[in-house]
Formats: sequence, C-alpha cells, structure tokens
Amino acid sequence: MSVAPRVDSDGQLARLLQIGIVLEEVVEARAYQHYQRLPAEERDERIEALLAGAREESAEHRERLEALEADLDGDAEPAVDVADLVREHYSRTDPEDFDGVLYDQLNGEETAYKFYDDLIDAIEASDARFGIDRDALLATLRDIRAAEAEGVEAVAELMESPQTEADT
Amino acid sequence: MNTADQYLKAVFLVQQIEDGPASTGALADRLGVSPASANEMIGKLADRGLLDHEKYKGATLTDDGETRARDALATYCVLERFLANVLDVEDYREEAGQLEAVIDETVADRLDMIIEREPDCPNCFDAERDACAHLVEELGEAEAEAGD
Repeated sequence: MSVAPRVDSDGQLARLLQIGIVLEEVVEARAYQHYQRLPAEERDERIEALLAGAREESAEHRERLEALEADLDGDAEPAVDVADLVREHYSRTDPEDFDGVLYDQLNGEETAYKFYDDLIDAIEASDARFGIDRDALLATLRDIRAAEAEGVEAVAELMESPQTEADT
Repeated sequence: MNTADQYLKAVFLVQQIEDGPASTGALADRLGVSPASANEMIGKLADRGLLDHEKYKGATLTDDGETRARDALATYCVLERFLANVLDVEDYREEAGQLEAVIDETVADRLDMIIEREPDCPNCFDAERDACAHLVEELGEAEAEAGD
C-alpha cells in the first residue's frame, strides 16, 4: 500500500476511472429516481430541467471516462451497471421533498468534484508512464471537474432562489 | 483518506493484533513506509493529542484518536466492500490499500449508497484478516481457508 495520494500504475488508474464511472452512474440514476418520485406538489419546472440536465451531463461524463478506460486497457470489461443497485437502495436514502432532492443533487455534484480534484492531484503527483496520453487524460479530467463545479453552482443557485408561483 | 487518518487506522488495527501498543516497526510494515517516516508521523499525531507514544513500547490511541481511527476504518470498509461486491475485485484488500489515499470520505459516503454495509461497521472489521468479518463470510473465504 501507499500512504501517498498518487496513482502509480495503469491498474490503479483504470480502477479509479471505474470508480468515477460508478459515481456518475449514481448521480444519473438518482436524478432519474428523484424525477420519478418527487411528489406532485413539490414539482417545479426548474428542478425537472436541472435533474434532466444532470442526467445528460453525467451520462456524457461516464462515456468520456469509459473511453479513457477502454484506451488504457483494450480488454477492459464494460463498466458495471449500477442502476439496479441504486434502485434497490434508493428507498433507504431517498430525499423526501424539494429541498432534499436538491441537497442530494448538490451532494452528488460536490462529491464528484472532490473525486476529480483528488484524482487530478494524484496523477500530477506521479511520475508513472500510463498507457494513455497523460496530457489528454488530465485535460479530460479537468474539463469534467469544471463541469462539476458549474453543476454545484447551478444547484446552489436554485436552492437559494424562491420557489415559483406554481409551488407556493 | 489523508495520511494522518491512514496512520490512525493502522495504529488501531495493530493495537488489536498486538493486544497492546502499536510498535513503530509494525506500523511501518503495515503502511509500507520507512520506520523513520512512521516515527515522525507518530510524533506529530502525539503532539495533536491523537495518540500517546511511549519509547520502546509503541503508540496507543487516545479517545479522540480512536474516534478518528474508527471513522477512517469505516471509510476503508466501504472501499473494500465496494471493490469486492460491486466491481468484483478478487484482490480487494490490496487494491483498497492502494486506493485509500486517493479516496476521500465524502466519495466513500456516496459509494456507501449502493453497498450492503452491516450496521455494526466498523466493529466487525477483522484486523488479522484485514477485512470485514461479514464480507469474509459472504465471500466464502473463511471456508476456503479452513479447507486449505
């Protein structure tokens, strides 16, 4: 093991990319569950648009991570589909209202941001030669991290704004 | 998980294995660092009131240190269980050890949403086996060991 936050091999990098893929899948699947289960009186066009946007963005991030993983290891097995796991565990952790849904979304985006931030630092701290181009890898991860930061801002703005007339 | 938390977790587990203070050598072995590095970090953690260090005997966690060590162990348990159960990683102990420094507790909390961690976590962690005792049982590793 290593106490240093550093990515030392293709194997570790591939595993971390898989964890990123799963985090994106969790955001994607939970946004869908939120969308489906939000009580009618709590529905709001803005939150529906936000959740739909979050799903699309997570799907895009997931595909970009999968492409990196495939380039790294041509024999990589497809990432696991965690939608069923999220569905199974959703009732245990589901938010109950508008604020809860937004908070969960915020938490998902912040967690993803933290993950990419740590991963970028850990790659930068390493001298290892990876099986994929380091600059392209870092550029993709920084791009995704920036999108997560924008996602955090978008949710935070919605949480701070007053609800529409339809909700009041 | 930051370096301090990795050390506290290691002290917690070595104390259990040795049934007493965690020696610098055992900590260094467990963490894959030099004894000098381990000694330096032990001093820093002692200065922060997270452990007591007695020369020639070893380190013992304070109550504050144990609380942090348990939280760190719970984060590690999430990672082991996630690797074993969701990603089907056979060598989940080794990989969890390699990845724990890069995985933050907030990320582990998110992964925790899709795994079946036991309510008594992290008390069910078996220091000797370096894994959750329930997980070892679920994976049939205990039977495999008995059959060897």
